[in-house]
Amino acid sequence: MNLFLIFISAAVVNNFVLSYFLGICPFVGVSRKVSSAVSMGLAVIFVMAISSVFTWLIYHLILVPFHMEILEYVAFILVIASLVQLVEMFIRKVSKPLYDTLGIYLPLITTNCAILGLALFSVLREYNFIESLVFGLGAGAGFTLALVIMAGIREELDMAPVPKYFQGAAITMIVAGALALAFMGFAGLISI
Amino acid sequence: MAKKQISIWQEIVKGLWRENPVLATLLGLCPTLAVTNTAVNGLAMGLATSFVLLSSSLFISILRHFIPHQVRIASYIVIIAAFVTVADRFLAGFFPVISQSLGPYVPLIVVNCLILGRQEAFSSKNKIGRSLLDGIGMGLGFSLVLIALGMVRELLGSGSIFGITLLGEWFEPWMVMILPPGAFLTLGFFIAIANWINDRRATA
Repeated sequence: MNLFLIFISAAVVNNFVLSYFLGICPFVGVSRKVSSAVSMGLAVIFVMAISSVFTWLIYHLILVPFHMEILEYVAFILVIASLVQLVEMFIRKVSKPLYDTLGIYLPLITTNCAILGLALFSVLREYNFIESLVFGLGAGAGFTLALVIMAGIREELDMAPVPKYFQGAAITMIVAGALALAFMGFAGLISI
Repeated sequence: MAKKQISIWQEIVKGLWRENPVLATLLGLCPTLAVTNTAVNGLAMGLATSFVLLSSSLFISILRHFIPHQVRIASYIVIIAAFVTVADRFLAGFFPVISQSLGPYVPLIVVNCLILGRQEAFSSKNKIGRSLLDGIGMGLGFSLVLIALGMVRELLGSGSIFGITLLGEWFEPWMVMILPPGAFLTLGFFIAIANWINDRRATA
């Protein structure tokens, strides 16, 4: 399958947040302001791209040759957790402004199911090295898109007269539902 | 422990409503939304998550004095991942159909914030018995919400519950309810109803 299709498919057609429900926690937690949503999105794209590369290498160069696929989940989560830690230290050393922007969002990413989901989907769909990387970038872009749109809506929502019992989490879910409905419009675009 | 000991019964019951993982604390939303398109899937996911939660609560509670504070999160995740592998293999071996329809959401139990959250907040600080009770209550609360969501979505989306057709020919299924948007909408209404009930109980 061509790389462009993988990217578009991961970013909009099968959006990680709105059709796979991956990364819902940050989607609900960090979507209050557009500016923080953008920072979080950038951090996720960054970690997704790196982790898709590393999990691919670990799976195909270590787990498969030694017939240890059963350790897949343990290995992936360890790689992701240590990778996030490393990325955080690296950014702090190299670029202070970038660290200040992404800083607090980086540790949160370890428990973002989208990162592990990405690794699992890559294995399931038997992507090669380059395809995994593109899939990671696409999924990150899709996550950022959904997060920023949601933040934009929630900023407006603060001024809207929401019924009493729907305030907070409930209305966020309803809005996400409407958004998911809108994204289903992309469904006919390509099929995998 | 600083706070007052609550009774054993309350330890279980708090997970059902007051501290319900889905409705009150909004933990573990990914599987809640993803696999509740039928009641059976909700039930399977609830049981698998409860098993992992219970086993890792037991394990971490036993090991709580041996795990160094600095690497506790990493240790918890490895323990959880090991039990998830067990659950995943079990489902694949004995219930291949359910395992197929849950797909990658079984391995994703590893990053279910509910499980890690309970370990960090409870099992690492409490005795084995209490940690087990807490696990039972939380697992039960989580499963019940998942089953309820699955039942509502299955009924509206395909006119059946647990695969048994309840609504006759006249019923036009709301396809959207078993698709992703339906998950968000149903959960939104569930949370709103929970808010309403809490409010009534508070004023009553």
